[in-house]
Amino acid sequence: MSAIFEEKIHQTMADPKLQLAIFAATGRLMEKRRKAVNAEVCPDYQQLRTQANAVKRHTIGHLDYYLELFERNVAAHGGKVVFCKDAHEVADFVLGLAKERRASLIVKSKSMTTEEIDLNERLEHHQLEAVETDLGEYLIQLAHERPYHIVAPALHKTKEQVADLLTERLGVPRETVIEKQTMIARAVLREKFLAADIGISGANFLVADSGAIVLVENEGNARLTTSAPKIHIAIAGIEKMIPRAQDLGVFLKLLGRSATGQPLTVYTSFLSGPRRGEEIDGPDEFYVVLLDNGRTKVLADRDKRESLYCIRCGACLNHCPVYRKIGGHSFPWVYSGPIGAILTPQFLGVNHEPGLPFASSLCGACAEVCPVKIDIPKILLDLRSDVKKTELREGANRLERLAFRAWAWVMRHPRLYEMAGMAAASLAPSGDGGGWVRSAPAWGIKIAPLDAWLSQRDLPSAPTKSFRQLWRERR
Amino acid sequence: MSRENVLHKVRTALGRSAGQPVQDSPPVYLTVPEAGVEARIDVFFERIEALAGKTHRAQSLEDARAYVERVIAGRKAIASNAPVLRQCGITALAGVESGITDGAQLRGLSASAACGITGADYALADTGTLVMLASPQEARLISLLPPVHIAVVEHERLLTGLDELLSILPHPAEQTSSMVLITGPSRTADIEQILVRGVHGPGEIHVVVV
Repeated sequence: MSAIFEEKIHQTMADPKLQLAIFAATGRLMEKRRKAVNAEVCPDYQQLRTQANAVKRHTIGHLDYYLELFERNVAAHGGKVVFCKDAHEVADFVLGLAKERRASLIVKSKSMTTEEIDLNERLEHHQLEAVETDLGEYLIQLAHERPYHIVAPALHKTKEQVADLLTERLGVPRETVIEKQTMIARAVLREKFLAADIGISGANFLVADSGAIVLVENEGNARLTTSAPKIHIAIAGIEKMIPRAQDLGVFLKLLGRSATGQPLTVYTSFLSGPRRGEEIDGPDEFYVVLLDNGRTKVLADRDKRESLYCIRCGACLNHCPVYRKIGGHSFPWVYSGPIGAILTPQFLGVNHEPGLPFASSLCGACAEVCPVKIDIPKILLDLRSDVKKTELREGANRLERLAFRAWAWVMRHPRLYEMAGMAAASLAPSGDGGGWVRSAPAWGIKIAPLDAWLSQRDLPSAPTKSFRQLWRERR
Repeated sequence: MSRENVLHKVRTALGRSAGQPVQDSPPVYLTVPEAGVEARIDVFFERIEALAGKTHRAQSLEDARAYVERVIAGRKAIASNAPVLRQCGITALAGVESGITDGAQLRGLSASAACGITGADYALADTGTLVMLASPQEARLISLLPPVHIAVVEHERLLTGLDELLSILPHPAEQTSSMVLITGPSRTADIEQILVRGVHGPGEIHVVVV
């Protein structure tokens, strides 16, 4: 585990206000989901999950076919698909188009994909103003931070912090009433919507048979982003594909319920191309940027390919005992929680943060709530194995390897094993008298891993007699 | 840009070749329950009210017009070109602008109006949802920019739910560039998970069934 990962974890755990904010918010989201997937209100919830998994498996398994079908259908309605291999290509495309159309102001609706490629920073670097319009994302942008949670980006901010932020960045009088804070943001952003040249959105789904993108939201900012400016650019990972509009019956029901406990979110937009013929409003130009940025690498790994089924509902974050303690910003990349723990090493390499796949208790809550049934714990185990294989190749952690070899050798020799057991029992720290070792023993020497382990856990005291001894006595 | 590069990497990753056919996709999973019109309206209203939307069952076209008149209460309003609004006489109400076909004009009026009045192509009972297809009759911004949205829905357009919509409209893209499902007033809970309505879209929604 890297020092920075460890430091961020300790910072988060030492902040009681933040701990409470994370715990309360994720707890509420869990409760809302639980009520929405209850058999009384959603009797076929498990069938929906099974179907979603089957559809995703099929689509991802034939992704080349669906990408081309999608591309043809977008073109048929007057839009254009742009394939990009990485962040640079996306930025180049947007900058090029902005320059050609003399655009200077861009409004954006929430998109994890654009977070992934730091699009705003890249655009600002070229004097293009890109304004986030989802309330939470807007606050995060004002604070120059990263989203704390996939669906609740400003989950960690208190209303007092929001008040300071608005005063500092917008020069408005300090306001601590949440309704009024929201209206301040509404007024500022409404001006931006009406003045913007380009709207950039993400896409919750790409619908192959329609050449359409689907956006799911509650605020209306995605509708404004895609309706008011003359140009709409949707930026999505290639894995967001589903084959048919009719598959939305399954995916929309699962997404809303899993994310926020809503049977349907307030707005669901199904957008297929620019304004047509006699339609009164809507964009004149429609582009869909399909991004690779490492996804084909994940696709090539048959065992972990299912990581690409994710529909970004955030349920695994809310239900993860690790996320609920260490929060979103401890994670080394934009995707946090269990899904972040499996996506980050696959996108950025296991060495980016080798401790990540190990920062899990493998309790399985994430897999249980995942609407598309991604087996996250299994993938975490695979990634742990990848980390160890990499260490092996690089000759790192020699001591650990030596220790395990010695241990394996001892285990193959029963006599030796028994003697080692007796030695360990006599050397083991004495407990608190109640059968537990609750803190590191005062041996005079510090064994860092043991101290770290015991700082969070208790160890049963060593028994006075070994199993073998008891067996011999009772036989 | 990288079209060939990305498609090539996808095919290599999957062990597929260009133009290789696909196996059948899993059959479509949609379930459409049986429900009479009256039952649909009851459920529809119950859901909308649970989301803090207002509802009205109009006994006649005149009744619908009277309700809309009470809601707009002399404020500035913009109405879409949906025939039902004209039939009800809503477009003739004082302060109501209608018959707009120019995009820039529509945008200006929508941005300054207190109320936006539209029809709805369909409504979904079990979620309390309005389905709006962009067309010469319905612009996108009328149901979005004004702080109050009033929708007049003909009762025969009320479907049981999303699955029925997708059954009768399997290819929405063939009809419109934009299909929007509206389920209650615009809302956010991004600050301390406190619910606030009307963040970007209308904070108040009225649904009249005729």
